[in-house]
Formats: sequence, C-alpha cells, structure tokens
Amino acid sequence: MSAHGAAASREHALVEMTGPSATAGSWPRFYHITRALAVMDFKVRFYDSALGYLWTLMKPLLSFGVLYVVFSVIVRIGEGERFYASSLISGIVLFFFFGDATNKGVTCVLDNETLVRKIHFPRMVIPLSVVLTNGFFLLLNFIAVFVFFWIDGVEGVRLTWLELPILLVLLFLFTVGVTMILSVLYVVARDLKPIWEVVSQALFYLTPVLFPISLVAEQDERIAHVVMCNPLAAIIQQARHALIDPEQPSAAAAIGGAPWLLIPFGILFGTFFFGLWLFNRMAPRIAEEL
Amino acid sequence: MLPAAPDSATVVVESVSKAFRLPHERVHTLKERALHPFNRNRYEDLVALEDVTFTVEKGEFFGIVGRNGSGKSTLLKCVAGIYATDAGRIFLRGRMATFIELGVGFNPDLTARDNVIINAVMLGLTPDEARRRYDAVIDYSELREFEDLKLKNYSSGMYVRLAFATMIQVDADILVIDEVLAVGDASFQAKCHETLREIRSRGRTILFVTHDMASVENECDRAMLIERGQMVEIGDPDRVARSYDQLNFARGVEANREDKDRHGDGCATIVDAWFADENGERTSMIERNGGCSMHVVVELHQRVEDPVVGLAVGGQHVRWLFNTSSLEAAERSGIYEAGDRVELSVRFRVPFAPGRYDMSPWVGYSTGDRQLMDRREAFVPVTVVGDRYDAGLVQIEHEATFGRLGSSIAEVAE
Repeated sequence: MSAHGAAASREHALVEMTGPSATAGSWPRFYHITRALAVMDFKVRFYDSALGYLWTLMKPLLSFGVLYVVFSVIVRIGEGERFYASSLISGIVLFFFFGDATNKGVTCVLDNETLVRKIHFPRMVIPLSVVLTNGFFLLLNFIAVFVFFWIDGVEGVRLTWLELPILLVLLFLFTVGVTMILSVLYVVARDLKPIWEVVSQALFYLTPVLFPISLVAEQDERIAHVVMCNPLAAIIQQARHALIDPEQPSAAAAIGGAPWLLIPFGILFGTFFFGLWLFNRMAPRIAEEL
Repeated sequence: MLPAAPDSATVVVESVSKAFRLPHERVHTLKERALHPFNRNRYEDLVALEDVTFTVEKGEFFGIVGRNGSGKSTLLKCVAGIYATDAGRIFLRGRMATFIELGVGFNPDLTARDNVIINAVMLGLTPDEARRRYDAVIDYSELREFEDLKLKNYSSGMYVRLAFATMIQVDADILVIDEVLAVGDASFQAKCHETLREIRSRGRTILFVTHDMASVENECDRAMLIERGQMVEIGDPDRVARSYDQLNFARGVEANREDKDRHGDGCATIVDAWFADENGERTSMIERNGGCSMHVVVELHQRVEDPVVGLAVGGQHVRWLFNTSSLEAAERSGIYEAGDRVELSVRFRVPFAPGRYDMSPWVGYSTGDRQLMDRREAFVPVTVVGDRYDAGLVQIEHEATFGRLGSSIAEVAE
C-alpha cells in the first residue's frame, strides 16, 4: 500500500477521451494488452490438455500423413518430385498458420465481447493477439519442418535461409490484414464464419501446397501464373525455393518474371492496409453492434 | 483545445449527444442482406443523450440517477470510452478504471488468478504491477481458497466480488461504476461502500450510476438526474433523490405490459390491476404506514369452477415480499361462466420501506397443481414514499420496552 502515498500527490493533465478506437492509448499499453490477450488465448486453449502444445503439432503432422499417403502413394502427384515430403510439410505448416489464425480470428471480437463492452482499450489488440498466438505455434511447428528436412536429406543450412524471416513477416502481415477484415465484418454479418471456412478450404486447394507449381505449369503456363498471384502461393513457393531446393522455381520464376510479383505483393499490402482502414473505421461502433 | 475548466476538474463532459440507430429488424447475416437488400434503410434513431454538460471535481463521489432507459448508463459508457459520442467532448484527468454491467470483463474459462492479472493489465497496469497487486485483490475479495477455480464455477456473487476487488486495486484516479451494489451479500455491499468512501478520501473521483436513493443520499457529494437523455437536475443529492421520486410519481412508472412475461393457458385474462389509496382513488404512489388497497380484475373465457385469483408484491431487493390470494377470502369461490368478471381486493397498511415495488397478479385453478390461466409479471409498479430511506425492508408492527433491570454490583454485594 506504499504506492498510495506517492500516488495521492500525482498530477495529471486533462486529456480528451476520444472514445473507442483501433489503437487508442500509448504503445507500451498496446503491447502489454496484446501480450496479455495472447497469453489468455493460449491458456484457454491448453488449460485442460496435459499434452497442450503437442496437439497443435499433431494437426499439421496428421494432415501431412494423410495427404502424403494420398498424393504420393495413391494419386502419385509427388512421385519423382524431389523432396516432396519436405515441400508438403512446409506448405502445410505455413498455410495452416494462415487458415487457423483467420478461422479463429473471424469470431475473435465477439469472443471477447465481455472486454469490449466493459473496458476502454485499443480494439486492434484482439485480432492481433489471435494471430500472435498462432504465430507462436507456427514457429514451434517449424522445428518439425526442419526435422523433416533432415530426414528427407535436404542440403544443410544455406544463405538463402535468411529469406525465411522476411517471408514469415509478409505472411504475418497478410494474415493480420485478413483477420482484421473478417473479425470486424463478423460483428455485422454472423454467417461469415461458415462462409470463411469454405473459402479458406478452397484457398487451400488453390494454393500449391499439395501439388508442385511445376505440375500446373506443365499443363498451362498461364494458369500457373494466375495461381501464383495469390500471396500465399508466392510465399510458400519462395520458401521452398529458398529452404528446400534451389531447383524448385522461385516465386518470380513461377509467376513468369520478377515484375509480376507486384501483383501478389499488391494484394498482400492492399489487404493489410484495407484491413487496417476498415478496422479503424468500424472500431468505434463495435460495442454498439454486439 | 482544452476546455476552460478549473484545475480541480477531473471529468469534464461538454455537450455530449449520442443516438443509437435502431434497425426495425436487426440484420446480422449476409444471407439476409442478400435476400432483402431493401430492408436495410428501415431504422429509427433513438436519442440516448442530448447535450449533456457537467463537470466532476477531483475527490468527488458523484451519483448519476435516472429511470430505466433514461440514458444514464449510456452516459457512463461514453465517459468510459466504450461508446463513441456523436457530438460533444469528454475530458479526463488521470487513469480510469471501469466497472460496467457488473464486471470488468472476465473470461469464464480461466482461473481467478489469470483473470485478475489480465484485467488489471487491460485497466492500465503493467504485467509486473498486476502480478504484485494480485494478492491484495484476492485477499480483498475473500476468495483465496477459490483462486485456482475457473470462473465459470463461481457464483454470481463471487464473480462480482472478484471484479470489484480488481477494479479498486488497480489504483485508478477515476472510478466509473455502473450499478455495483445490486448483487453480493449485505456484508460485501457494506465493505464496498466503506472502500469507496476510503478511496474518495484519498482524493480519487468516483462516478456511479444507481437506482438506490439511499446510497445517493448517504454517499454522494453531488448527484445528477437524467431523464430522456437530458440532464434534469444536478447538485445536492437529497434534492436529486427527491426529484427522482417525483419524476416516477408524475409520469407514473411504466407498467410491464410485455407479453413475454405472461404465463398461463389463457382461459382467463387479467383485465386490470391497480393500487388505490385510502379513498379508493387509483394511484402509483403510496405512503409508508398509510392505508392502501390492491385490486385485480379478471375476465373468464370459459366455465371455471372455483378459480383462484392472487397477487404477489415484489421489491427491488426481494422478488416476493408478500403473497396473497382469494383463498384467504373463501376456500371455494363458486362456479363462473365464460364472460364473467371477478375482482380481488386486498386492503392493508403499507409496511414497506420507501422504494419501488410491483404487483404481479395471477389467476389459476384451485384443483390439482394450481395450473395458471394467466399471470402478469411485475404488472403494476408502485412507489412507496416516506421520510426515512434507511428504514428496514418492512416495518413490522411491534412493541418495544426499555428499563433498568437492576444492578450487577448490588447483586454481588448481597
């Protein structure tokens, strides 16, 4: 209680209360709240499961197992492809981060209704904390990815591995952008959740996760170029080129030349800034719409 | 630009207005929007606050009172930064802690410990400060033995205690509190009051919304009355409390005419029910210790043998204060045909403490499980007025004697 004596004499300036918004308040507070919410999210998910984190690892691994059997033994897309297992697991882990974060993110503002209705805090921390929690899982899952590289015999550490952090940041920005858009629209359109489940599922099959992009290019160059306009495709393809096998086409090669990369880049940053703008614009009214 | 307010002003509200856009049918899905693209324009503007201006000084205990839907909670939420205002500005000096809708925003799937720390951070502490204050919070709430229990296993009283403890321990300069003391047991309510007084004595400012005129008169330095989004009166709490009662009397409290609170098979309907004063005139305000009567008129829609008409009086703190029925008058009431009307009258001396009460009339069968034909929940509101707000819940007719028993010293000496 010694703090009270000091606190009693503190002086504050009169500050305008600008109402609820996406980013109100100081940056340290923004950081503390984001972290607190991410930790809360983490605890809520793993409180009851002793194996906790293992389950988040199991999901991509099990999906990998199923898809690997289907596509290299039964359908045989991956046959003859160098490092198909490594390509598949890295694509799965990267895409699942996006898929899990956005699907969890759709309802995140509503999930935190009790906070939104009772406390003045920067609203943006809600979608951000969801993506951060999943980002944490992504980093852990990458341990499994590297184990696969080792088993698969992927050549050791190369300088191009330095591209990975940049790719992850891009993926993070895109995911945050999509999550902001979905979470704030969900408040007024509650059927967005099932819609997004279907859309993200479709996106999974439209992104070269299961199939190598070269397989598409063999059928039709132009379709491969269109597929690569998807920022997720560009990021995953570039990750394979940089991490697994330099002989795999880079994102630039797969889309038909570096200048074309402006399209996925444009979509990525366009989504991010549109999400920022939309969230900012709708944040003040969220509490009323709940 | 800052307002021309004195240095002691802690909360400055300048001509704040707020309207809610209420769609006739709330559209919450894309499907509905796609199917009925032209329905979107049908809405009404509900003016919740209109040009409200006031200033609260540092160290004041400031009460905001008003009837349901008067805009007082909206005002509090604007000050708390939960709602955006349409016009006007709000200024605050120092950090604010909010306690709105009986809580600070707990997650039912987490333990008390996690919730307290997260909420303290949300209310403005750093994680380290939050962890340091945790012990003070849990001790204050007297929930130490339940600290590892998930909140979904808490009772509502425990939940409120924890929330209140968290709010007061974050050491904010301004406390914004909405209806805190409506729940929790009496001893905790007393503790809350005491704590709030102590916090104010440390120079902190407290804004709170309440329906309880006793706490306005006893606790507040100043109070303000809001009606239909406008400030009607501000200043002396006794005067504001009186105005609040008069307002309820003048307009008549709105009766609960909603059908959703209606139960029964519909073989009879409650046509009318009212309170009357000693002269038999209808009234919505009765005086404590005065004579009064209650009346219920029922119309039967089919032949019924021995119907029972009853009523229950409830208060703010107690759902059922008093129950009676026509069985008190006659065990068997007779046979009635469809279209017959019956009336139950109950005459009594008002024993209730000043405050708001309501009557819930019902009509049922005397046979078997007393199935209901009609029941109207909180159908007739009434205000009891009197001079003492700190009286007990009911005034029981009693006799007190007092006198000397003798001296213990004298007995020993004998």
